[in-house]
Amino acid sequence: MAPNGTGLAYYGKGEEPMGPVDYIPRIRDNYARLGYKTYNWVVNADTPPWAPLSKPLSRCRLGLAASGGIYVAGQVAFHYKDDASFREIPTDGDTKELRATHFAYDLSDARTDPNVVFPIDTLRRLVREGFLGGLASRFYTFMGGIYSSRRVSEDLAPRLTARFLEDGVDAVLLVPV
Amino acid sequence: MGLVARHAEAAGIPTLCMTSAQDITRAVNPPRASFLDFPLGHTTGKPHEPDLQRQILVEALSSFETMTVPGSMKELPFRWSEDEEWKARAFAEGDDRTPRHDTPQYQDEEDRRRAEEEEGSPSCPVCRS
Repeated sequence: MAPNGTGLAYYGKGEEPMGPVDYIPRIRDNYARLGYKTYNWVVNADTPPWAPLSKPLSRCRLGLAASGGIYVAGQVAFHYKDDASFREIPTDGDTKELRATHFAYDLSDARTDPNVVFPIDTLRRLVREGFLGGLASRFYTFMGGIYSSRRVSEDLAPRLTARFLEDGVDAVLLVPV
Repeated sequence: MGLVARHAEAAGIPTLCMTSAQDITRAVNPPRASFLDFPLGHTTGKPHEPDLQRQILVEALSSFETMTVPGSMKELPFRWSEDEEWKARAFAEGDDRTPRHDTPQYQDEEDRRRAEEEEGSPSCPVCRS
C-alpha cells in the first residue's frame, strides 16, 4: 500500500515517489483464491546467521542460485505447482540456450535477455574486469513459489547448500524473482 | 530465497539476496540483502542494458565487503523510469499469476522435444523420485 494508504490515488506525476509495492497481501489473496489454507508467511524476528567474507571480492569464486525459472534448452522445464527441483546451469554455456518459465512474473523480458533474472553475462564481465575472482563452474536455478516453507528449509535449502560447499565457492549471490 | 540464504550462511557461506519485493525479503530477514525497486522479473536489471546491469551488480555485490550488521538491506540507487506508472499498475492489477500447472512448462515446443529426447521422460526427474 502506498504511504497514504490509498494505493492508486496517491500516484501522480511530479508528486513524491510511491513506496515499494507490497507483494505479501497480493500473494496471500492469490493462495486463498486457489483454495489453499491461509498462507503462513515466513517471518524471522531473530538475528540471521552471519559468515564474513574471507577475502576481497576480487579473489572470490562466486556461486549463484536464482528462482526465475531459467533452464537450458534440452533440460526438463519446471512446472508451476510446488516444484522443489533445481537445474544445474554450466557457467561457460551459451546464453542463447537459456529459457525462462515461471508462473509469477511477466516473462517477456527474461525471454529476450535472461540477464534480468539470471545475470550470467554480467557476472562473466565482472570476472573479466577483475571485480570478481571467478565463478563456480555451475549455477543453480529453481522455481520458488513453493507453498511449504518447511519443504524449502528441510529439502531444497540443504541440497543447494551441499552443492555450494561441493563447488568450493567463497560467496553466493541469490536472485529471487 | 531468504531461507536458502540463511541455510547457506549457517554453513559458513556468505550470501547476498537481491530482491525487488522488499516486504517479502524483510519478513524472511536474510543475512544481507539489496533492494532494487523494479517490476517483478527484473531483479538484476533491464533487458539489453548491459552497462546498467553491470552497475546494479557492482552496487549489490559490494555489500559483501561493506555490510557488517546481519539483516541489513541496501537500497540500490536506480529507478525503473522517471514516472512510476508501473507501480500504479502493480497496485491496480494485483496478483496476475498464471495457473499452477503440475507438468513441465516449456518456453517453446522445440524445448519439449529436445528435453524428451535427452531425458527420455516428460516428467520432472527430481520430483518423481
